[in-house]
Amino acid sequence: MSVLVYTESENGKFKKAAHEVVSYAKAVADQMGTSVTAVAINADNSESLGNYGASKVLSISDDALGTFNAKKYAAAIEQAAKNEGANVVVLSSSADSRYLAPLLAVNLEAGYLSNVVEVPSNTAPFTVKRTAFTNKAFANSEIHTDVKIVGLSNNSFGVVEAGGSANVEAFSPSIPDSGVQVESVDKATDKVSIADAEIVVSGGRGLKGPENWGMIEELAEVLGAATACSKPVSDLGWRSHSEHVGQTGKPVASNLYIAIGISGAIQHLAGINSSKVKVVVNTDPEAPFFKAADYGVVGDAFEVVPALIEKLKAFKAQNA
Amino acid sequence: MKILVCISHVPDTTSKINFTDGDTKFDTNGVQFVINPNDEFGLTRAMWFKEKQGAAVTVVNVGGPETEPTLRKALAIGADAAIRVNTEATDGFAVAKQLAQVVNDGGYDLIIAGRESIDYNGGMVPGMLAGMIDANFVTNCIGLEIDGTSAKAVREIDGGKETVNTSLPLVIGGQKGLVEESDLRIPNMRGIMMARKKPLTVVEPTGVSAETKAVSFEKPAPKGAVKLVDADNIDELVNLLHNEAKVI
Ligand SMILES: Cc1cc2nc3c(=O)[nH]c(=O)nc-3n(C[C@H](O)[C@H](O)[C@H](O)COP(=O)(O)OP(=O)(O)OC[C@H]3O[C@@H](n4cnc5c(N)ncnc54)[C@H](O)[C@@H]3O)c2cc1C
Ligand SMILES: Nc1ncnc2c1ncn2[C@@H]1O[C@H](COP(=O)(O)O)[C@@H](O)[C@H]1O
Repeated sequence: MSVLVYTESENGKFKKAAHEVVSYAKAVADQMGTSVTAVAINADNSESLGNYGASKVLSISDDALGTFNAKKYAAAIEQAAKNEGANVVVLSSSADSRYLAPLLAVNLEAGYLSNVVEVPSNTAPFTVKRTAFTNKAFANSEIHTDVKIVGLSNNSFGVVEAGGSANVEAFSPSIPDSGVQVESVDKATDKVSIADAEIVVSGGRGLKGPENWGMIEELAEVLGAATACSKPVSDLGWRSHSEHVGQTGKPVASNLYIAIGISGAIQHLAGINSSKVKVVVNTDPEAPFFKAADYGVVGDAFEVVPALIEKLKAFKAQNA
Repeated sequence: MKILVCISHVPDTTSKINFTDGDTKFDTNGVQFVINPNDEFGLTRAMWFKEKQGAAVTVVNVGGPETEPTLRKALAIGADAAIRVNTEATDGFAVAKQLAQVVNDGGYDLIIAGRESIDYNGGMVPGMLAGMIDANFVTNCIGLEIDGTSAKAVREIDGGKETVNTSLPLVIGGQKGLVEESDLRIPNMRGIMMARKKPLTVVEPTGVSAETKAVSFEKPAPKGAVKLVDADNIDELVNLLHNEAKVI
């Protein structure tokens, strides 16, 4: 019996979400009186996961897992779970984890719940709270199978440093063939992705045109943030579709979401609701976003954003 | 090519979400139901395969009789036939099991589902279905071409996209991008008339039980009032974000 957690890495380096899922797995393991085993694939410094609560790391080094493949990764994690006799498997909510989770659920005959936001309120029956209706509500849901898979919503638990150490064991699962082969990847490596970002700066139709996004990108750069946009902005081709957030776009669960020139339509808010702190900049004091935000500035983005960039630069220089 | 498009019947995106029966049931009162937006993109792409490559398109829903208007709408958009598996959709696993049975009975080559449904938005059904029927699987799919039995798909990934080569039988989780928003079809009068004559077959479920259960619902805690900062005093915003919200 143990809690198994899949820790994602990129170019050998653990993602921040990996530290969060280990922290969460540790809290679940404490409730169940057991320990945490992490699975790491082609990652360096696996022992560092001990700091977040893993007692053991199954470290897989395999060229067959060099690029992400849902079927192959699911098979590797399945074998790790069986090896450990795990009854709970914890994953993040990254695109990759959400891709492999249903395959893993079938392989392990495990009940799976995604978008989980808290530690279990009960371990028998195993009950967790998850978002539903695209963040307009929460559902308290039970998993009835022996093995349970929990997909943790990003930034919902946080990173907790426990300060322990982990034993690293080499693990060599057998990797099946997959009928899906990557031909090419087109990815901006120098930018923070919306999924990984702690801060997201988002622009709406109030910005008038794509030529005005320079200040949005500059603000994002100062904050180390990802950039996003409302649906009409991507429909109009001002920004790429991959930046569209909301109910029918990407979900945002960042610590800080700054909405500039976005009215706050219900479909937009649904997708960004789980962000912790929301700031809105809008000329119209009646814009619905003000009802959903924590902080607001009634003002013209073309004045407020440059001022904010300047003040943040000064703040950073002072706190450097 | 035989295509099955999985249609989830969901509350319209503008719906206010409420619960009844001691917060154990979704309150459908006054709620308008629609084809799940992600499935609408998939259905439109299926119409393209029908018109350009002679594919036969069947739509399917696992649900009670109340979902039939949604299936009729899909027929009016141009699907050839509809199937309703007559059982309440209880969890992703149970739905995927029912769909697996439909796929096995009908021998479909391409199964187009949505990335996630906007109600319980699990993002579970397509992957589970692919696992159960041992088909290839691509989710977050924003582009799909089929040539004979080979397929090329584009998938959105965190921070970009990737192109993959795969083959039929294939399950995809589609989303916006699979077709352009402006290409989505609204049923016209002729389509609606024709849909009345198209077959909508009701099949009985195979015996499976759910693995998970939503026992109660709650709504997010009401929000405190927004703190307004004067546009001439942006220093104060930086101060609040640093000292009060502690996010920078
Ligand atoms: C099925 C469906 C799904 C949808 N899904 C999504 C979704 O996932 N995500 C999404 O975002 N939308 C979605 N929408 C669209 C949504 O309903 C709104 O139309 C959209 O969010 C509005 O975008 P916006 O706020 O950028 O533009 P607008 O509504 O045009 O708002 C622009 C705002 O900018 C303000 N403004 C103007 N000038 C300035 C200035 N100089 N400085 C500051 N502020 C200024 C205005 O006061 C206004 O509030 C969906 C709609 C439907 C029907
Ligand atoms: N009850 C259902 N009947 C048919 N298809 C469904 C049903 N529920 C989900 N799907 C399909 O699975 C996709 C993902 O749904 P979900 O896993 O619920 O997020 C949807 O976009 C549909 O294509």
